Amino acid sequence: MNLFYAIGKYVMLMRRVFTRPQKRKIFRQQLFTEFQSLGIDSLGIVVFISIFMGAVVAIQTAYNIDSPLIPLSMVGFTVRQSVILEFSPTVISLILAGKVGSRIASEIGTMRVTEQIDAFEIMGVNSANYLIFPKMVAALLINPILIIISMWMGILGGWLAMVLTGLVTTHDYVSGLRVDFEGYTIFYALAKTVVFAYIISTVSGFFGYETEGGALEVGQASTKAVVYSSILIILFNLVLTQILLT
Amino acid sequence: MIEAKNLNKYFGDRHVLIDVSHHFEKGQTNLVIGQSGSGKTVFMKALVGLIEVDTGEILYDERDFTRMNFEQRKTIRQEIGMLFQGSALFDSMNVEQNVMFPLNMFTNKTFEEKLERVNFVLKRVNLEDVNKLMTPELSGGMRKRVAIARAIAMNPKYLFCDEPNSGLDPQTSGVIDILIKEITQEYQITTIVNTHDMNSVLSIGDNVAFIFKGKLWWTGSKDEILQTDNRELNDFVFGTELTSRLKK
Repeated sequence: MNLFYAIGKYVMLMRRVFTRPQKRKIFRQQLFTEFQSLGIDSLGIVVFISIFMGAVVAIQTAYNIDSPLIPLSMVGFTVRQSVILEFSPTVISLILAGKVGSRIASEIGTMRVTEQIDAFEIMGVNSANYLIFPKMVAALLINPILIIISMWMGILGGWLAMVLTGLVTTHDYVSGLRVDFEGYTIFYALAKTVVFAYIISTVSGFFGYETEGGALEVGQASTKAVVYSSILIILFNLVLTQILLT
Repeated sequence: MIEAKNLNKYFGDRHVLIDVSHHFEKGQTNLVIGQSGSGKTVFMKALVGLIEVDTGEILYDERDFTRMNFEQRKTIRQEIGMLFQGSALFDSMNVEQNVMFPLNMFTNKTFEEKLERVNFVLKRVNLEDVNKLMTPELSGGMRKRVAIARAIAMNPKYLFCDEPNSGLDPQTSGVIDILIKEITQEYQITTIVNTHDMNSVLSIGDNVAFIFKGKLWWTGSKDEILQTDNRELNDFVFGTELTSRLKK
């Protein structure tokens, strides 16, 4: 698909997505369903990856501290900064782009090729709004919570690794976590998360909605959704870092 | 009544609907027949607004559908029921939720009132005690009947059926045909059926429109089909050994 044509179609689709839901009660029900499928169902993988990510950062940092002039509390500091600034918001969003993005694209794509979206349209339902808007709102609300959980789990993973290997004491690790802490870093991480959640839900929704053909095309739409969401997350990570940290 | 006036549709250089004009009568089963690729699906999709025509008018009881925007079309769309080729039941919902969906979206009835309507239309299509079944648990014929129940849940004035018999055995096809015919007469609906099933044509075709290479080639009733000497229509309808014997 030509890039400018695709952007044009995306913008036109978003114009249909950003309208008032036809029935608030139905929208609320959909929202809770999406909290479950986009958020709670992703909790396991988020916790698992975050713990191991934090542990790896802690071990690598601890083994690379050669100089006796660098305090061991630096491990806690490094884990905190790495996890809060990059690993949780960016890496976990990339993981969610794979898990949630492919799910959204394949679900909507299958509905497209089995004429379920046409059925909505015939009834007079704004299918773009009905299918994509609740997913987007749910992602915008639930992803920051997942990322906050990921931050805690990352830090916990780092601590567990240090305690189990005996490389750094709990006291050193915790004091490192407290060094020069700035609340703004949490805002920075959550701001990025919200933008990434928007990208994941709408880009995946777009590729699903524009699917034409059959099962093969649904698979291709799903792959495209993950690839383009990931590319956009990486690009916007750079842009947002430049804007928010300078 | 639905009227199509001088409809033209191009896909790139391909002229797929060529100046098609026709009207579909209320309370009758109007059939659109034609070979694969003749333009009959494009014609039906144009009538319901899933495809926009390049020129021409579509009138629903003299209301010009082609000039309406999405919001204005909502009123007419709530008067339309459609049975899709693959039934298009919503996978994430059970039978009851599927049939109740348009009632949830467009009425302010209580749950009990909606449930009563759901049970009524399910009974009308000869389905009972299936409310809680999920769509993968249904047979092809049951899916079609649930789709018909959903299509008539809002008391539509217009019913569109795209290949209602595709994928069904001849006996079940007959049941679906009779159901469509009965519902059309009972509720005085303007029904348009897109088909290439000759059994349907000869059993329920009150009015038949034959589309050939994008043009409306022939119109008449099921009885007139047997008498016509239109060569293209005869080639299409009586192309098999069985149907050619019927003609003789």
